[in-house]
Amino acid sequence: MAVSASTVASTRSAVEAALTGGRRDVKGIVFAMLLVLCMLASLLMLTVLLWDVVAQALPVFQKRSTGFLTNELASSPDKAGVSQGIWGSLVIAAFVVVLAFPVGIAAGVYLEEYATPSRLTRFIQLNIRNLAGVPSVVYGILGLVVFVKGFDGVTGGRSVISAGVTLAILVLPIIIITTAESVRAVPSGLREAGYGVGATRWEATRDHVLPYAAPGILTGTMLAVARALGEAAPLLLIGAITGRLATASDQGLLDQLRGKFTAMPVVIYGWANEVNRPGKKTGLTFEQLNSAAIVVLLGLVLVLNIAAIVLRNRFERKRQS
Amino acid sequence: MRTDGATQRLMFAAALTSVVISALIVFTLFREAWTFVSGLLDTVGLGALIDGGAAPGWYPRNDRFDIITIVAGTLIVSVISVAVAAPLGLGAAIFLSEYASPRLRRWVKPVLEVLAGIPSVVFGFFALRVLGPDLIKPLFGTATNTNLLVTGVAIGILVTPLMASISEDSLRAVPLSLREASTGLGARRSTTVVKVVLPAAVSGIVAALIISVSRAIGETMVAALASGRLGQSPRTFNPTEPGLTMTAAMAQLAQGSDQVVGSGLAFQSLFFVGAVLFLMTLGLNMLAARVVRRLRNQY
Repeated sequence: MAVSASTVASTRSAVEAALTGGRRDVKGIVFAMLLVLCMLASLLMLTVLLWDVVAQALPVFQKRSTGFLTNELASSPDKAGVSQGIWGSLVIAAFVVVLAFPVGIAAGVYLEEYATPSRLTRFIQLNIRNLAGVPSVVYGILGLVVFVKGFDGVTGGRSVISAGVTLAILVLPIIIITTAESVRAVPSGLREAGYGVGATRWEATRDHVLPYAAPGILTGTMLAVARALGEAAPLLLIGAITGRLATASDQGLLDQLRGKFTAMPVVIYGWANEVNRPGKKTGLTFEQLNSAAIVVLLGLVLVLNIAAIVLRNRFERKRQS
Repeated sequence: MRTDGATQRLMFAAALTSVVISALIVFTLFREAWTFVSGLLDTVGLGALIDGGAAPGWYPRNDRFDIITIVAGTLIVSVISVAVAAPLGLGAAIFLSEYASPRLRRWVKPVLEVLAGIPSVVFGFFALRVLGPDLIKPLFGTATNTNLLVTGVAIGILVTPLMASISEDSLRAVPLSLREASTGLGARRSTTVVKVVLPAAVSGIVAALIISVSRAIGETMVAALASGRLGQSPRTFNPTEPGLTMTAAMAQLAQGSDQVVGSGLAFQSLFFVGAVLFLMTLGLNMLAARVVRRLRNQY
């Protein structure tokens, strides 16, 4: 269209004025205001939450500096720190990367590239969608029965191995669904070009489809790790420690992996239930300590989330233009 | 086209793991739940599931498993949270999709998505620290800082970005031509939204509602922190009182499991509650998928 934006705007206002006789559309304005209020309210609540947490956390980082990050769980707010929580959460993230990434991506690619429309395929798809909606606490039951009790010889019972495997299973549907979606968005011309020069299905997938779908798949995997880092309910069922946790310094890595553990969200849950008495030396309370722990957890989770969403939007825009 | 069997079989195996996982979940849940039910039959009888005493309630340590207590807690909390999330989320979605400039939308939508990623235990702590004492208690005059109402509102805030995001997607899927036709007939923008766009997107909006309910029912950490009871609760239908949801009951049962007091049935009840919860959310999710298929308008 060769009409400039300003012409459209002035014509539009002129036509509107003629149609409404210059009266204001009060109902419409009230409706629009209500909508703005809804959006502001939802954003405001979450802003208040973040603001409150950061404000509470500041004195902890000022008075305890890095001691808060390197100390272990303790009963005094002067000494307690989150190092064990950070370690547990990072190990869980590693399990998600090692177990859920390859299986999830392979399953997603299979469903889009290989599977023929059959009863079995439809059943698998339905099954994955339903798995994605299962509450996380139910995955905790699976972890408790299968990994803590069933395979305790391998996992060591209530250990970070059980937790890592359970959370890898929990995020698997997310990875499969986002992988399948981004593979579906790959133009079929790319595949056909590959087949045309004699590539096998796997060669075409590996060299043409996967590179094109990579940003979308990466977004899904980052969201999945963020989700795993924030989950507390399954860990409670598996038996993460909320109180004090003694780690012997001479333990090997395998013993540590098979021993008692905690993770950031569970530390936060435990501290939320602590008595709120200020520590003698620093005057800090567990409430403030907990806000600082939340800042650490949100740091991990939100950075991943933001990176994932920025990445997706950037590539979406690039493809459109 | 050439194919290669080995990689294909490997990837098929990966896809099949999801089926194996579902089978494992269903198998473990119902086997252990059955252990609980048969344990009940052997000892106190199924009557323990619906407490007929003078002061009924969920007291697993005393072999009193009044399922009404925790189901009522869950339903009260979910209704409150949807009452918070549905208007806020839908309103925000309509604004973003129909009123906001593309630039504003490009900023606000990702912010909402990032906020949807805040872990639920953070909302639990927020409910405990701010929402309960500073908002709900003075506003509704509740006796305690923690109760079902606080839990419901906190879960509502948690679910709002999800509700907004799914509804916005379905509103934007409505073809522009419908809006243009409506505007061409002289409808105001608000009329177009209410009479044309919303009805056209109804399948997605109803699905968003159902998914929000399902999410609220399954939400654990907020309820475990803010519902106001630890492990046991008298039966209550009053949202301003402390209560217990199914999820909170499960988390607290599991937590105390290292020092089990009372009979082994208390711990086993965890699986029964889990099975009921699983069936409720599965039913809702399948309903959501059905609604999308049934009500979807083809353009």
